[in-house]
Amino acid sequence: MTQLFAYIPHKNGAADECALELLTAAAQIDATAQVTGIVVGSGTDLDAVCNEVAGSFNEIWKIDDVKFAYPNAEIIRKALIEVLPADAVFITHHNSFGMDLSPGLSILVDSPLVADVIEMEVDGNTLKTVRQELFGQVYSHVNCDISSGAIVNIRPGAFIPKENAAAGGNVVDKTVNTDVDVKRRYIETVTPDSGGVDITKADILVSVGRGIEDEDNIEMAKELAEALGAELSCSRPIVDAKWLEQARQVGTSGKTVKPKVYLAMGISGAFQHLGGIKGGFIIAINKNPKAPIFQVADVGIVGDILEFIPELTEKVQ
Amino acid sequence: MEILVCIKGVPDLEENEIEIKSDGTDIVRDDLVYSINEWDNYAVEEAISITEDKGGSVTVVTVESDEEKADEVLRREMAMGSQQGILVTDAAYGKGIASVLKAVSEKGSYDLILTGAQADGGEAQVGGMLAAMLDRPYASLVNMIEVIDDGKLKIGREIEGGDQEVSEIDLPCVLSIQTGINEPRYVSLRGIRKVSSVEIPEYRASDLGLSADEIGIDASKVKRVDYFVPDLGEGAEMIEGSMEEKVNKVIELLKSKGGMS
Ligand SMILES: Cc1cc2nc3c(=O)[nH]c(=O)nc-3n(C[C@H](O)[C@H](O)[C@H](O)COP(=O)(O)OP(=O)(O)OC[C@H]3O[C@@H](n4cnc5c(N)ncnc54)[C@H](O)[C@@H]3O)c2cc1C
Ligand SMILES: Nc1ncnc2c1ncn2[C@@H]1O[C@H](COP(=O)(O)O)[C@@H](O)[C@H]1O
Repeated sequence: MTQLFAYIPHKNGAADECALELLTAAAQIDATAQVTGIVVGSGTDLDAVCNEVAGSFNEIWKIDDVKFAYPNAEIIRKALIEVLPADAVFITHHNSFGMDLSPGLSILVDSPLVADVIEMEVDGNTLKTVRQELFGQVYSHVNCDISSGAIVNIRPGAFIPKENAAAGGNVVDKTVNTDVDVKRRYIETVTPDSGGVDITKADILVSVGRGIEDEDNIEMAKELAEALGAELSCSRPIVDAKWLEQARQVGTSGKTVKPKVYLAMGISGAFQHLGGIKGGFIIAINKNPKAPIFQVADVGIVGDILEFIPELTEKVQ
Repeated sequence: MEILVCIKGVPDLEENEIEIKSDGTDIVRDDLVYSINEWDNYAVEEAISITEDKGGSVTVVTVESDEEKADEVLRREMAMGSQQGILVTDAAYGKGIASVLKAVSEKGSYDLILTGAQADGGEAQVGGMLAAMLDRPYASLVNMIEVIDDGKLKIGREIEGGDQEVSEIDLPCVLSIQTGINEPRYVSLRGIRKVSSVEIPEYRASDLGLSADEIGIDASKVKRVDYFVPDLGEGAEMIEGSMEEKVNKVIELLKSKGGMS
C-alpha cells in the first residue's frame, strides 16, 4: 500500500491555511489512506503547529532543528530524503516552496514528479491527474506510475480544504541529523515598498493585463478608473515592464483582492493571477473568445479593450 | 563567469489560436508561430548583463527535435549577446530534458546555469532536477542576482505576496529566473544578421552518452495521455451586441454589483 505524506507549510507558529488542501488531495489518491503530515521547523513554533494539525492527520512527523527556523528548501530536502520511505507518495503545493523543493527531491529519491496538479485519482499503480498547459489554454490528462513512489505538487486553491478531517494522530519526532554543508544561506525577507498604493480596499478594480499592449495606453485605463472612482490594478507583465507599480499587481506574487467588481481587461486568466482574486463579480473583456478568464468570469465580452475602454470612459463621464 | 542558459521555443499565444487535434494527441502544430519562453528571455538577459559586468561568456542551449525551430530560437537569443549556442536534436521529455542538459553542461565548465522559472507546460521542474543531478545548490524564482565574488552570489527569490527572500548561494549553482528581474534588451535586425553565420554545434543524445530511449517519453514514468478541453459548465455569461449595448450593460453591472452611483 502506498504511504501518503503531506508537507505542512507554516509560519509564526501556525499552519498555513492551505495545509488542509493536502488532505483533500490525499483523499483523491486513496479515500481510506492514512496520511502522515510532515512538519519541519524549530522549537516552540514547531510544537504549536504540530499540535494544531495533529487532529487532522493520522500521524505527524516532526523534524526539529534550529537550521529549519526558516523554510529553506535546500536543507529541508536533505532531511526529507532521510525520513521518506522509498515508495512514499509525497504531496506539497505548487508554490514558491514546492517549486523550490520538489524537482530536486524527485531526482534524489528517484520518484517521478507531477507538478501543478488540479485534479487526480488512482487506478491501480497509476495516478491519473489533470493539469493545464499553455497557461490554461488547454488541459491535459497526465498519468504517473506511482508503484515506487511519487512527488505531487498540487495547485494552490484547486482542492477544497478538508476542514472536518478528524484523524487524531500522534506527533512522532523524526528529527534526523542532516548534512550541515549548507550551500544556500537565508539572510532576510524584504517586503517591497507600497508607495502608498492600496488596491485591497477598492470596491471596483479596473485591472489591465498585457492586452493593454503599450505603455502609452495605461493612461486610458487610468482615466477609466478615475471616472469610475475605482482603483487601477494589473497583471504581472505590466509590473515586469515597469508600466505600473508592484503594489498594483494582483495575484499569488502580488496582492489578494476582494472588490465588489473586478474588471479584467486584456488579462488571460493564468492561475497565478486568479489566485489573487478572492471574490467579487468578475467582468472580463478579452479579444480571444477562448481566453481562460472566461471560464471564471461572471460576465464576458469578446472585444478589443483599446476600443472598449475609451467608449466606457466617455459614457461614464 | 561562464554561464549556460537553457532555453525553449514555445507556442506564441499572441500569434496563435491554440486548437487541439481531433484525436487529442497533440495541439495543432502546423503553422504554429513559436517564440522564446518568456522566462528564458529574462534569463538570457541576466546572463549577458552579468558577463558584461564581470567578464566571461554566455552559452544558450536548447533540446528540440525540430531543428529549424531550434535554430531560430537559439539565434534570436544569441543576437542579444550570447556568444555560443548548442542544439541537442532529440525529443526529450520531463526528467529526460534535465538529463540531456546535465550532459551538455558537463562538456563545458560553467560557473552558473540559468533556466526560466517555468515554460509552456507549467511544470517548473527542469532547473531543480538539473541542479540535483549535478549536485549543485539551487534556487527557484530568482528575481535578483548580485555577484559577491568568484565563490558566491547574493540572490533574491520571489515568494508569495511579492516578498523577496534574500540568500547567499555558493557557486557553481543552478538558478531559475523569474520575470521582471531585468528589462530584456531589444534584438535588432543587425544583431540577428551578425549571428546568422555563427556555427551552432549539434548533438544527438548518443553523442552525449545518452540513448534516445532513456530521455524520451517512453522512458518517463510521467506521461501525457491527451489534451482536452473540459466541459466547463456555464462559464461566463457572454454579452453580445453592439459596442453601445455592451458598454451600457457594463455600466448597469457596475451600478448593481459595484455600488457605483
Ligand atoms: C511563480 C509565479 C508567480 C506569478 N505571480 C503572478 C501574479 O501574482 N499575478 C499575475 O498576474 N501573474 C503572475 N504570474 C504570471 C502568470 O503566470 C501569467 O504569465 C500572467 O498572469 C499573464 O498576464 P496577462 O494575462 O496580462 O498576459 P497574457 O497571458 O499575455 O494575456 C494577455 C491577454 O490579453 C488579450 N488581449 C491582447 N490584446 C488585447 C486587446 N487589444 N483587447 C482585449 N484583449 C486583448 C489576449 O487575448 C490575452 O488573453 C506568475 C508566474 C509565476 C511563475
Ligand atoms: N527542451 C528544453 N531545452 C532547453 N531548456 C529547457 C527545455 N525545457 C525546459 N527548459 C528549461 O527549463 C525551464 C523550466 O521549464 P519547465 O520545467 O518545463 O517548466 C525553462 O524555462 C527552460 O529554461
